[in-house]
Amino acid sequence: MHDMSAHAVHHGAPTSFIRKHVFSLDHKVIGKQYYALALVAVVWGMVLSWIMRIHLGWGNYAIPGLHLLSSNGAPGNVMTPEYYLQLMTMHGTIMVFFVLTTAPFAAFGNFFLPIQVGAEDMPFPHFNMMSFWVTFVAFLVLVSSFFVGEGPTLGGWTQYAPLSAVGSVAGPGQGLGVVLWAASIAIFCVGQLLGSLNFITTTLDMRTRGMSLMRLPLSAWAWFITSVMGLTAFAVLMPACILLILDHVAGTSFFVPSNLVINGQLLPHTGGSTLLWQHLFWFFGHPEVYIAIVPGMGIVSHVLVTNMRKPLLSHRVMIYSMGALAVLSYMVYGHHMFVSGMNPFSSLAFSFPTLVITIPSTIIVLIWLGSLYGAKLRINTASLFALAFISMFISGGVSGFFLAQPSIDIMLHATYFVVGHFHLVMAVAAIFGIFSGTYFWFPKMAGRMMNENLGKLHFWLSFVGTYCIFMPFHYLGIAGNVRRYQAFTDDYLIPLIPVHKFITVAAILTGLAQFIFIYNLIHSHFKGAPATDNPWEATSLEWSTATPPPHNNFGDKMPVVYHDPYQYSVEGASTEFVMQTSPEQYANPHEEK
Amino acid sequence: MAKIFAVTIILIAIGSAIPIVMHTWQLPQDISTHGPLIDEQYADTMAEAGISFLASQILLAFFIWKFSNVKPGTKTKNFPGGAMGLVIAAFLLVGTEVLALGVFGAKAWASVYFTPPAANAMPVQVQAGQFAFYFRYPGPDGKFGPLHPDQINEANANFFGLDTTHDPDSKDDIVTAEMAIPVNREIHLLMHSKDLGHSFFVPELRVQQDFVPGLDLSVHFTATKVGKYEIVCTQLCGLGHYNMKAYLEVMSPEDFDNWIKQQAALQ
Repeated sequence: MHDMSAHAVHHGAPTSFIRKHVFSLDHKVIGKQYYALALVAVVWGMVLSWIMRIHLGWGNYAIPGLHLLSSNGAPGNVMTPEYYLQLMTMHGTIMVFFVLTTAPFAAFGNFFLPIQVGAEDMPFPHFNMMSFWVTFVAFLVLVSSFFVGEGPTLGGWTQYAPLSAVGSVAGPGQGLGVVLWAASIAIFCVGQLLGSLNFITTTLDMRTRGMSLMRLPLSAWAWFITSVMGLTAFAVLMPACILLILDHVAGTSFFVPSNLVINGQLLPHTGGSTLLWQHLFWFFGHPEVYIAIVPGMGIVSHVLVTNMRKPLLSHRVMIYSMGALAVLSYMVYGHHMFVSGMNPFSSLAFSFPTLVITIPSTIIVLIWLGSLYGAKLRINTASLFALAFISMFISGGVSGFFLAQPSIDIMLHATYFVVGHFHLVMAVAAIFGIFSGTYFWFPKMAGRMMNENLGKLHFWLSFVGTYCIFMPFHYLGIAGNVRRYQAFTDDYLIPLIPVHKFITVAAILTGLAQFIFIYNLIHSHFKGAPATDNPWEATSLEWSTATPPPHNNFGDKMPVVYHDPYQYSVEGASTEFVMQTSPEQYANPHEEK
Repeated sequence: MAKIFAVTIILIAIGSAIPIVMHTWQLPQDISTHGPLIDEQYADTMAEAGISFLASQILLAFFIWKFSNVKPGTKTKNFPGGAMGLVIAAFLLVGTEVLALGVFGAKAWASVYFTPPAANAMPVQVQAGQFAFYFRYPGPDGKFGPLHPDQINEANANFFGLDTTHDPDSKDDIVTAEMAIPVNREIHLLMHSKDLGHSFFVPELRVQQDFVPGLDLSVHFTATKVGKYEIVCTQLCGLGHYNMKAYLEVMSPEDFDNWIKQQAALQ
């Protein structure tokens, strides 16, 4: 517990437009900026996936305007093989970095973490502002690769060496395209490191009086755990990207071994290691999966508890389980490399922690399910998306049983089974977490309510549509359908094309449904019904301040916290729920023992 | 709406399981001696994952059905046994499950990777390069000649960079674009990449292994069924990745002897 007076963050309310809305130091504005960036990025990434899906279903279909996205990628608006891979690479990179990392973590975390701990702002507001603008520059650098040279890199979001390290001799976009990709990601890492630093210090040093660590809401805990992962994971990816750039521009050979002959040329590189890149990348890459999903777990828990009108079975077990995921996430990364040529004993060594990580994951799911028992569940768009998150997380999680085992991975590695698994468990689940958080917190962020009817329509189309897209991916993988193919010319793959057509139709319809959400978001921002300070009858600190919160979050008086975060349906209290700031004392509080 | 949601979850869960139960799509047929262990492991995992999937989705749906929009004034209840019961259940059930999968899975993995090839296994070298596989057989001397990357010349069909003038071991090496092997004979496959990362995947053979440039690896296997199968690349290697493939023909020993003689004559 800390006395805020020792740590007060002093920056007055800005008056100019630029300081208020552009180069703002206010964590709430920065949170909204991250959200806006994620929204632009997700639409961009989704359109790229539509183009890919149309091509996979109907190979030579001319997509009007396709050539505009590339200098040479789509003559006659028909996709070329390299252009497919370029779009695929951009889809993955944009979604993983600029959507799944920014929205649940940087956007919501920035807006709500300081408020939930009871602080005026983050301790380093200038770093915070830099964190967003650096991320924005990273996005521009990535997108610029569409318009220069031979277009973006085609090496996939994982950028395996030596394909990524030898230059344009390996294919279009493998020269300047890779350099821009690596520069973008290195810059992105700087932004996230600055952000993580702020999140960690906010949680540890900025809590208001009475706010012990165990009194933090689960969303705050999730952002804190994620920021610790971010600090360590991005700190590894950034130097890896710099080494990759050096292989291009400085003639080094970190990732390129001797004696490679590409396109009839013997390359001058000597002595590098291709597996080194994979180790560095996945040491970041697996924690990244949890960086994407843990904030979702926190958000969903927070939304569910509010709508169940009872706390989770155990606050503490939930926190420890999320922490266990974070710790184990560093020990399992080798499961991406079972058939990479890594020592086969290492594969077994990585397999066991991967199987063990299912234990905290199972505990988390069981805590959610067990907490639903005996609840007074309120059904609204936010809680529907939160419950759907659980369903998605289960579906995506069970396929992890297969991929955790090296022997089965021989059959499923690099197939659509993997694509189905990670889309459900980290991408769609995280996106559902974002939706849940948006419908829940929008009133506080914008001061207006979102339209519930449109929200529910959006929910139904998204929930059913998502399963129609991603379940069949597993079937394709079982049948041996290799991923990252721009066309299916193998005898055994041709019979699977109708399944791809089905997925394409589902993807386009589900994608179109997302415009209902965007319309709802924009329309409600300006025309929505005014929101009260606490429309969901919730207990945590964000609901005890004005809607929208003032510049310093709590006005003149900093809040004092008296209770654990989720005092719902408390026997003996005068009201059905007791805010964290309520000094009321009663017989049977929901306290962690 | 909660009840419709609960029913939808159950319909989706059952609908997702039907193609698995009906074997609408399944692993390609197995033609290897080590495959049955992998397939058994896969089937066990499918059973355990399938039960976990259906049970959790149905439970989620049931609780949504039962505990939403309850009458005002109803008191909330706690799950019998509380969190500790569930934690213990997770450790016992999932812990045992993953331990079993891990141990038996290790056995399947070990059967592929921890046993050395038999002394009389037939060596075949495969070289991957953008966007083709080439195969080399050592010829009557049983020895592969060394590789000289600087001498690779596709125009002269010197795909491997062999120096048949100076290296006696290379003289009788047989280079082919298609892989043929005798049935029921162990093959020791030596994997070499000319340029980038590639992979050697024959689903029916239950073999998938990446090529690592700068690091020559090997796998060994025995095919048990005569037939023609596809070898595909599964490691993204550039714009022609989707089309990088070759055929594997598993032949009777007599057919293989004839085939290798024909190939030797073509060198």
